Amino acid sequence: MSGVAAFFAMGGYAAFVWPSYGLSALGIGAATFVTLNSYRRTRAALTLLEGLKDAKK
Amino acid sequence: MSSFYALLARDVRLATRAGGGAMLALAFFAAVAALVPLGVGADLKLLGRIAGGVLWVSAILAALLSLDRLFQADFEDGSLDLMAISPIGLETSAFAKIVAHWLTTGLPLTLLSPLLALLFNIPQPGYVPLILSLAIGTPAASAIGAVGAGLTMSVRRGGLILPLLILPLLAPAVIFGAGAVSAALDGLANGAMWLLSAFSLAAVVLSPFAAAASVRLNLAG
Amino acid sequence: MNIFELANPKRFLALSEKLLPWFWAAAVLTLASGLYLTFFGVPPDYQQGTTVKIMFIHVPAALVGEMAYGVMGVASLLGLVNRHPLADVAAKSAAPLGALFTALALITGSLWGKPMWGTYWVWDARLTSFLILFFLYLGYMALWNAIEDETRAARAAAILALVGVVDLPIIYFSVQWWNTLHQGESIFTGKIAPVFLWPLMLMMAGYVFLFGALWMVRIRTEILARRARALQLQGGGL
Repeated sequence: MSGVAAFFAMGGYAAFVWPSYGLSALGIGAATFVTLNSYRRTRAALTLLEGLKDAKK
Repeated sequence: MSSFYALLARDVRLATRAGGGAMLALAFFAAVAALVPLGVGADLKLLGRIAGGVLWVSAILAALLSLDRLFQADFEDGSLDLMAISPIGLETSAFAKIVAHWLTTGLPLTLLSPLLALLFNIPQPGYVPLILSLAIGTPAASAIGAVGAGLTMSVRRGGLILPLLILPLLAPAVIFGAGAVSAALDGLANGAMWLLSAFSLAAVVLSPFAAAASVRLNLAG
Repeated sequence: MNIFELANPKRFLALSEKLLPWFWAAAVLTLASGLYLTFFGVPPDYQQGTTVKIMFIHVPAALVGEMAYGVMGVASLLGLVNRHPLADVAAKSAAPLGALFTALALITGSLWGKPMWGTYWVWDARLTSFLILFFLYLGYMALWNAIEDETRAARAAAILALVGVVDLPIIYFSVQWWNTLHQGESIFTGKIAPVFLWPLMLMMAGYVFLFGALWMVRIRTEILARRARALQLQGGGL
C-alpha cells in the first residue's frame, strides 16, 4: 500500500475514524455557518431600521 | 399551618373526585405495565428480572400524567394569586401541592405495585424493596415534577414539554429505585435504598423553593 | 428601556468586537496544529490502534458539551439574581452550542465504540451521562421556545438550568454507580499516554476557542436582534 492509501485506510479503521471527523466537521461547520449568517442578516436588518429611523427625523 | 392543611385537603379532594386524575394515573400505570409483557414476551423469568425497572419507569410516567395541571388550573381561575399573597406564602403552598400530588398518585401507585409485581412474577425477596423504593422515591417525582409544572404553567400545551424537562432530572430516582429492587433479587447490599432516600429527601426539601420561584415569575407582569 | 439594559450590552459589543478576531485566530491555529499532530505526529495506540485518533475529537467535544452547561448555569444565576439581561442572552446563546457539542461527543463516542466494543452503543457510564445531558439541553431550549414573553422565558429557563446544575452531579454519580453495578466496560479510562497529550491539549484548546467565538457571535446577534425589535416596535407606533 502506498503512503497515501495507508493514510486513508487508517489501519483498517477508516470506516470509523473518517465518519467521526467528517460528522464533527459537518456539525461544527454548519453551526459556524448558521451563526455567522444569522449575525450578518441581523446586522443588516438593524442597519436598515436605523436608517429608516434617521430618515424619519 | 391550618391553611396548609386546608390547601392540602382541597387539592386531595379535587384530585380524587370524578375526573380528578388520581384514578387515571393508577389505570395508566397498570396499562403501561401490562403492555410490557406483550412487547417483550411472556417469559416469566425475564419478566421477574426486569419488573423492578419496568414498574419504576411506569410509575414515573404515571406520576407525570397529572402534573401539568398542578398549578395551571389554579393559575387560570386566579386562586394562585391568592396563594401568593396568603400568609403561608408560595413555598408552603407549593409544598402542600407536592404532598397532595403524592398522596393522590405516588401513594396509590405504591399500593398497587405489589399486584403488578405479582403479574410480573417478581421473586419473593423483591416485594418489600419494590414497595419501599416506590414509597421513598415517588415523592421525588412529585417534587421535581412540581418545578416543571410551575415552569410550564403559562404554556398552553405545557404538558407536552413537561416530560422533556422532568424525565432527565429523574434519572437518579429510576436508577436507585430499580437498583434497590435488583440488589434485593441478587442478594446484594448496595446501598441503593439509602441513595434513593437521600435523593428524594433533597428533592422534597429543595423543590418547593424552585417551584415557588417558577410560579412567581409566571404570576409577575 | 433603562440605561442599565442598554449600557452593558453596548460594552459587550465593543469588547467582543476586539476579542473575536483573536478567538477565531486562536481556534484556527490550535485546531490546525492539533489536527496535524493527530494525523502525522501520533503513533497508533498499542491497544486501540488507529481508532485512538477519534479520541482527539471525542474528548474535546465532551469537554465543551459539559463546559457549556456550566457556563449556562453561571449565566442563569447572574440573570436570575442580578436581573442582568446580558446574562439571559448569554445563557440562551450557549444552549444550542452545548447541545451540538454533546451530540458530537455522542456520535464520535459511538463510532469509537464500534471497533472497541463491537457495537455502536454500549450503556457506558460516560455515554449514558452525555445522553442525559443532551436531553437536558433539549428541555432547556424547548422551554425557551415555549414561553413567548422574553423576560419570563429567560427566568423560567434560568430556574431550569439551575435545577439542572444541582441535579447533574447526582445524575453523573448515579449513572456511574449504575454502570459499576451492571459491569459495563469503559474505553474512556482517563489514562492517556504522554505522546497523545499534546495533540489532545491543542484540540481541546481549539474546541474551547471555537465555542467561545461562536458563543460571542450568537450573543451579539441576539443583542442586535433585540435592538432591531425595539426599533420596529417604535416604528409601528407611528
